[in-house]
Amino acid sequence: MILGLDPLFSGHVGLVVVLIVVVKAALTLGICLVATMLMIWFERKIVSDLQNRIGPNRAGPWGILQTLADGLKVILKEDLIPDKADRLVFRLAPILTMVPAFITFGLIPLGGDFSNGNGGAVTMFGHTTFLQLANPDAGVLVILAMSSIAVYGVMLAGWSSGSKYPLLGSVRASAQMVSYEAALGLSVLAVVLVSGSATKGGLGTLTTNGIVNAQAPWGWNLWVTGLIPFMIFSVAATAELNRPPFDLVEAEQELVGSFQTEYSGFRFAIFYLAEFLNCVTMGAIIVTLFLGGPAGPVLFGPGWIWGFLWFFLKLVAILYAFVWTRASVPRVRYDQLMDLGWKVLIPLSLGWLLLLVAIRVGSDLGWNPFATIAVSAVVMASCYGLLVQAMKVSRRNRELEGVID
Amino acid sequence: MELAVFIAGSLICLMGAIGVVTSENPVHSALSLVGTLFGIAVLFIAQDAEFLAAVQVIVYAGAIVVMFLFVIMLLGVDRTDDIRVDPLVGQRSAAIVAGVLLAGGLTAVVLLGSVSGARSSAAAPTKDLPNVAQIGQLLFTDYLWAFEITSVLLVIAVVGAVVLARHRRDDFVDDLPGDEVPEIAAAPAEEVS
Repeated sequence: MILGLDPLFSGHVGLVVVLIVVVKAALTLGICLVATMLMIWFERKIVSDLQNRIGPNRAGPWGILQTLADGLKVILKEDLIPDKADRLVFRLAPILTMVPAFITFGLIPLGGDFSNGNGGAVTMFGHTTFLQLANPDAGVLVILAMSSIAVYGVMLAGWSSGSKYPLLGSVRASAQMVSYEAALGLSVLAVVLVSGSATKGGLGTLTTNGIVNAQAPWGWNLWVTGLIPFMIFSVAATAELNRPPFDLVEAEQELVGSFQTEYSGFRFAIFYLAEFLNCVTMGAIIVTLFLGGPAGPVLFGPGWIWGFLWFFLKLVAILYAFVWTRASVPRVRYDQLMDLGWKVLIPLSLGWLLLLVAIRVGSDLGWNPFATIAVSAVVMASCYGLLVQAMKVSRRNRELEGVID
Repeated sequence: MELAVFIAGSLICLMGAIGVVTSENPVHSALSLVGTLFGIAVLFIAQDAEFLAAVQVIVYAGAIVVMFLFVIMLLGVDRTDDIRVDPLVGQRSAAIVAGVLLAGGLTAVVLLGSVSGARSSAAAPTKDLPNVAQIGQLLFTDYLWAFEITSVLLVIAVVGAVVLARHRRDDFVDDLPGDEVPEIAAAPAEEVS
């Protein structure tokens, strides 16, 4: 009887649905925090292994509670706000780095059985629901929106500190994140392009659930889109996260601590946590978009447990790749960063998207696939030639102007 | 429920808008603008216009205001402005007149017109399709020409901005004596090739 109550006074949303959403929100938040804690430990442990060190090994078994100990320590520290800081924005900035990552994580399908045709839906207390906090129609667009406002935290932290190095760092960060967002979005477009569902009259889908469902069980976008969008997305994601080798934002030798320089105590801890939370979230996005999310074979027992397991394994693989990259690739120069973003990743992702479109249109209209690919390759090659020529001309002009030597 | 969402969304909008005009610091103004844009996104979602809400956040909050902030930071104009000085003579009184007229017009529309308050998607072509899919279909079929023309306009704007920026760089002369006028016309125009 009590489950028939209508807490939102909307007439069609019952108490059960509200409770399910509340429980899912609490669980998502918990998973986020625990995953962040474990990610910090994982990264420190793997990096120390790769560098022939032992790494954290005191707090808890294998040092797994090290993050907790650090967190407790940092809460007890004095929280300083510089005199020249803009106090309101200074307090706001750490929160702004954290919130977009949480919201994005709410859109990730964490589990569910995609092998039986239900599309990952499970039944809880008589209600069919997905094992993800929300599944809006604009799915991927919301993820892109969150990634585009993630820049505010870093930008405002640097500006509000009222100090020179943080300001330089935040200007670098915002330029870098805005530049790589284009490549990120273009490689997501390739995924959306191939994620059409046959049941809805061949319409594509933007929902994260629909994208995972279109990949189940083995049609992962990793090979359906031809590997290139995955590589572009991974590189752009690394740059978007300001992780090595693209961590110019925190280049200690040049910028002290960059936008975090003036932060201390708990506010610094929030930045630190947000960095790793963003990393986990980005890994989860990659798993969802390219590695089929929780989709995978069900060997025995209830299917939704296997969804969690497959998702976790894929996520750990991606995160290990992140850590591995960090430990083995040296930091790039700023001009190399911008060149890679604007002159390689964006043209390549645009060209690859057009190639996929051409193949798609060709298969719809019954063109010879080899002819389609050959013509597309010729067009792309000539476009690349034009691009190289344009870059040569602009370089010569800048030399003439004396901007560069 | 819908009323509650509307009130919350419009409160965010209004508070942001008031913040934009009353903040003395340009960065605070820009942040208030972000608040307003998010409020509008909330209102879009309340109207089932999810695509517009997402694009609102991506384009306005994520790109345009970031660009504002970038310019504010790079140019170092983030000082507190004296709000009592009129930048243009008569600007403030003209703004008050225009604001009163606009408010009067809006009130008149609400009072005299027949605002049904019906949801925008009530008039959607097909009800069972998601809003995003419908916009996509219309954009690439019926309104393809307008879409393409708009994108060409944007490309022209970008090219124009680049050309203007590069011409101005030529005119700069280092270590210019105070009374000497640089010969702009004689400067070699080698960048156009």
